[in-house]
Amino acid sequence: MRQDIVRILELARKEFLALLRDRKSRMVLIVPPLVQLLVFSYAATFDLNRISYAVWNEDTGIYSRQLLARFSGSPNFRLVATLSHREEVAPLLDNRKVLLVVHLQSDFSRSILTGTPARVEALLDGRQSNTAMILLGYVQTIVSGFSEEIAALRSIAPPIASIDLRAWYNPNLKSRWFIVPGIVGLLTLVVSLLVTALSVAREREEGTFDQLMVTPLSPFQILMGKLVPGFVIGFGEATLIILVARFLLHVPLRGTLGALYLGLFLFILSGLGVGLMISALVSTQQQGLLGAFLFLVPAIILSGFATPIANMPQFIQDLTLLDPLRYFLVVLRQVFLRGADISLLWPEYGALFLIGVLSLLIAGAFFRKRLG
Amino acid sequence: MAGDRESSGNVISVRDLVRTFPSPRGTVTALEGVSFEIRKGTVTGLIGPDGAGKTTLLRILAGLILRDSGTVNVMGYDPSADPLPVQGSLGYMPQKFGLYEDLTVMENLDLYADLHAVPPSGRKDLYAPLLSMTGLGPFLGRLAGKLSGGMKQKLGVACSLLHRPPLLLFDEPTVGVDPVSRRELWEILHTLVRESGATLFVSTSYLDEAERCDDILILLDGRILGAGSPADFYTEVRGHAFELESAGQSPRSVEPGISVLPGVVDTVLTGSRVRILMEDRSPPVLPEEFEHFPLHPVAPRFEDAFMDRLRRTRGGDGKTRLPRQLHRKTGRSGQGEEESAILVENLVRDFGTFRAVNDLSFEVKRGEVFGLLGANGAGKTTTFRMLAGLLPPTGGTLRVAGQDVRKSPSKARQNMGYMAQKFSLYGQLTVYQNLRFYGSAYGLSGKSRTDRIQEVLEFFELVSYRDVSSGILPLGFRQRLALAVSLMHDPEILLLDEPTSGVDPAARREFWRIINGLATEGVSVLVTTHFMEEADYCDRLVIMAQGSLLATGAPSEIKERARTPQLPSPSLEDAFVSLLSRAGPLQETGK
Amino acid sequence: MKDGGGLGGRASLLRIRALIRKETLQILRDPSSLAIAFLLPFVLLLIFGYGVSLDARHVPVAVVQDSRSPDSEGFMAGLRHSPWFSPTIYPDIHSAVEALKRQDVDGILWFRENFGREIHSSRNGPIHVVVDGVDDNTARLVEGYLTNVWQTWITLRNERGRESSVFPVTLEPRIWFNPDNRSRDFLVPGLIAVIMTLIGALLTALVVAREWERGTMESLFVTPASMGEILIGKFIPYFVLGMSGMALSVLMGHFLFGVPFRGSIFVLGLTSALFLSAALGMGLLISTVSKNQFVAGQIAIVSTFLPAFILSGFIFDVHSMPKMIRGITHIIPASYFVTILQTVFLAGDIPGVIVPNSLALALFSVFLFAVILRISRKRIG
Repeated sequence: MRQDIVRILELARKEFLALLRDRKSRMVLIVPPLVQLLVFSYAATFDLNRISYAVWNEDTGIYSRQLLARFSGSPNFRLVATLSHREEVAPLLDNRKVLLVVHLQSDFSRSILTGTPARVEALLDGRQSNTAMILLGYVQTIVSGFSEEIAALRSIAPPIASIDLRAWYNPNLKSRWFIVPGIVGLLTLVVSLLVTALSVAREREEGTFDQLMVTPLSPFQILMGKLVPGFVIGFGEATLIILVARFLLHVPLRGTLGALYLGLFLFILSGLGVGLMISALVSTQQQGLLGAFLFLVPAIILSGFATPIANMPQFIQDLTLLDPLRYFLVVLRQVFLRGADISLLWPEYGALFLIGVLSLLIAGAFFRKRLG
Repeated sequence: MAGDRESSGNVISVRDLVRTFPSPRGTVTALEGVSFEIRKGTVTGLIGPDGAGKTTLLRILAGLILRDSGTVNVMGYDPSADPLPVQGSLGYMPQKFGLYEDLTVMENLDLYADLHAVPPSGRKDLYAPLLSMTGLGPFLGRLAGKLSGGMKQKLGVACSLLHRPPLLLFDEPTVGVDPVSRRELWEILHTLVRESGATLFVSTSYLDEAERCDDILILLDGRILGAGSPADFYTEVRGHAFELESAGQSPRSVEPGISVLPGVVDTVLTGSRVRILMEDRSPPVLPEEFEHFPLHPVAPRFEDAFMDRLRRTRGGDGKTRLPRQLHRKTGRSGQGEEESAILVENLVRDFGTFRAVNDLSFEVKRGEVFGLLGANGAGKTTTFRMLAGLLPPTGGTLRVAGQDVRKSPSKARQNMGYMAQKFSLYGQLTVYQNLRFYGSAYGLSGKSRTDRIQEVLEFFELVSYRDVSSGILPLGFRQRLALAVSLMHDPEILLLDEPTSGVDPAARREFWRIINGLATEGVSVLVTTHFMEEADYCDRLVIMAQGSLLATGAPSEIKERARTPQLPSPSLEDAFVSLLSRAGPLQETGK
Repeated sequence: MKDGGGLGGRASLLRIRALIRKETLQILRDPSSLAIAFLLPFVLLLIFGYGVSLDARHVPVAVVQDSRSPDSEGFMAGLRHSPWFSPTIYPDIHSAVEALKRQDVDGILWFRENFGREIHSSRNGPIHVVVDGVDDNTARLVEGYLTNVWQTWITLRNERGRESSVFPVTLEPRIWFNPDNRSRDFLVPGLIAVIMTLIGALLTALVVAREWERGTMESLFVTPASMGEILIGKFIPYFVLGMSGMALSVLMGHFLFGVPFRGSIFVLGLTSALFLSAALGMGLLISTVSKNQFVAGQIAIVSTFLPAFILSGFIFDVHSMPKMIRGITHIIPASYFVTILQTVFLAGDIPGVIVPNSLALALFSVFLFAVILRISRKRIG
């Protein structure tokens, strides 16, 4: 038993040296994840600011000017053009000069005075439907506020009921709080796959694999030896990314570190397991690369990182059950934002553990099968 | 088109050529002030071990690499400044010829004909002689990837001849080709030069191919070691070679004593004899215990001239002497005091429908050096990998050190050292880190590991390289390290797969001395090689062809079978060729 | 190009033809490039086309009524009828909060004890709503949908009671190009761009590396074929292959996912050709710069897929990004193509969008090939 542990540790030592003695591969493991964390954290946002819009006001009354003042006063909006004809609308929207045209008809002020509903027409570019939806929300907020003010001025009874909405965990609905924990998971997955997916193929191409196999080391010991450095590197990088997320990007970390790191441990286990499984299946580094790609792309897109799993059709939702990133994203967001502790996350831990153990077993079986 | 500029009669002339490459430890000099000429219409051989700079030189001539300094003139042009006119009238065949393996023979020919703008109308007449010469005629529709190694090389030759180039540069066309195809290839090359009047500059790492050339250029460590006709080289060493018959005593135990005698340049085993190369024509003064052995002068070989030149350039006696003894554990558990170290019975291995090893049986005795010979694709490496437990056999039994490799691989491995054909240690790790890792892999730890590493470092003279990344070691030292690693756990059986390929002859001698030393101490060695002269160093050997056993026995017995009135003292290569041709014509079988 | 020789001329055309024929034969015999060109986009588009959606439907919400009243029941009915929500009644606020924490529901509607009374005294009774703000996008959508339900409910009650309008000013949104605001309509064109980036790079990065590995590059180098001819011979067959994959993706997008196609085939073909040139150029450049597979592979992952996914405007609108990041998006060819595709599919041939973005792609391709020609001499090492 002691002998086994010594051998595994020596294997791990060798893996470390092989990975880190080469300057290029050291750089590749450390620099891109950090650069990507920063770039993506700032890029991946649904929040809109400085939206370019145009105004087409046919009304000459005071109310239209009051309403438009609310738009120009908002930091979210940036007036680009003032129009006077219908013909001017299409070129602006078509060519993406503006995302929004606010249209007030000539009877706008009169309607308010006479008590008939005054309509504000908002023409939006729907090519990016999500942007359009969010933008519509902003416009709605301004129009409703204006409407309430008018109602109060003209002593119209307020609506019999109103909505009092609060967003828990992320009261200002900041995209970054949602995306950055996701990036922790995404980059950890990329790194743990990079460490393992090509490693066996590399040994095979360099011939060292045969030399390893003629020693009395068992496939189990060899696998374990490859796991240890993956863990150390994965933990190191994830910790670095978590620190950046917390202190540089100011994402709250409300839950316990224990819950976070138990999840991280199981997630790296499953990431390394999948990596080793790819590694055991392929025979060249090129195939390993293709395999890593073919796993990474769907694993990221279908993980719920940017688009909610709940919106997917059932059979794709079933497919995501195989995706370790899916579970780890839940852990990350629960711990970062909802302040969850270990007890809430057992189903996710269990799933990650299962994926990790199963993929390692399959990897082991493939190793053994290749050796006969 | 450049013909009128070649008035000097030299197709190639090179002066003070230097080329260096950057490496992690500063720069490596591949060519160090090389100067030579090549006469029009000759076959010139560029001979040297791997890493001597042959490929770099040929690539510079073809305009594929720039030089650092010196002048190069190929057919009146400087290939670095003016590559296109040179490349247009050049037949160049790189070492690994770029055949498109997923294209057929015909499609490959057409592609290169198109690229060289050979008009479609004249192609039939052009192809016909090439195809009949290479014997590729029947295989026009076959994918190039499915040809045998020899056939691929012939197709490569044909593709580089399509535009009737006046100058041919071939980089090791015979590497990895069996002796029969090698002879055929040389005949093709000679016919070609004779009929077309072209000039051929061909590199090779086989010293014995030198005598097939008109002129020879020996390249070693980026310098020209010698130039001239084969006869020039033979003259230098005529009368320097002797053979000692070690009647009754193993030549292996005699040879170390001879090699240290004054005036001895080189010693080598040939069958039951020791071949001795002297500094001059005076025979060696034998010590008392060998005095009664018969000593005959023998005809020189090209290798003798090479060794002689090497001694003179490298200075001293050109020999490094490793300590004779690598400490071995006492009181070894003589596991199953079986006579045989390796026992192979009715071994079969299939890959799909292809039978790579067919009903192979042989036995290696304790303390024996046993050779496994055969052309590429004969099944040597497959057999070897099965012995090492890297590949499960389809049928038959395999016992290594009394253990069934399939049933208890771990036990069998503990008693076995394995050295792969390709350098297979961690290039990123230092010499020490590699030794330490493999030591622990075999269960050594603490003081016993530290001691063993020190011992092995000293024995193989690797102490000064202890902290150097093994990937950038010189080739000979890498080979030593690989052997050192396979000896870390003091195995009883050593499996060596082409251990000396690409190593210069002097380093090869050194290597064999270590192997012989181990064998005298009772280690059983199974070795594969494609150097026929190395087969002579073995006690017994097996020759394989197409997966089956072709012949087995001591080298002298095998040579005996090829003896004919025309060939009274056949070499092992002669024997090999005659055995193969007797076994029936080589069939073109899919891999 | 000192060692390139001239392009053009009959001999040159013949050589290019021979190289193209060779490459085509290789493609036809090696299923892996066909698989990358056709199977990969098919499978990826199928999975992602169905899988990637930002439209929340049937969002599970908890409803807590401290005391049931006709008013709260009326609101509930509105919720049930909307396609956006699937409400579940919880007995008390405590259990609803628990459900929110377990993520069984994404929001809570709470009608407090005095809701009915407040309404009847016209005192503007509040409906307390809590949404899970972690996924800010979904939260915003829920807010919008809920406001919608609420307005409908108020308006309906008003009509019944014939009270004068409570909303003196109302908003009438008109969403151009995508009136139903289906996110799939803008995501699928973006996906096509992301997938084609991946495929363009994979196709060429792998095949050129193979040519080096098998030693065929060296044999080509000593023929009269110039580097330019070798590159064209590589480029054209994979370009054709890539365009076929592109056509397949477009057909799937239109017929399978029902994305409207309002532009012209001609503009689509032209811009796709420009984009594909840039994508293939990226792959060629990667494999030219690093003949080491390990590094080439990592560069490919770092420089193609992830940036195309996050920085191209495929999901995250480029308009929302900080200035510096927006600068980075300019060096990602996919970002131009995403814009073009979204416009060609949803809006039509709009020169103001198509021309500048096409120019950018063309510049990109020219730049990439100039760089490749410059650094890839007919030399080894």
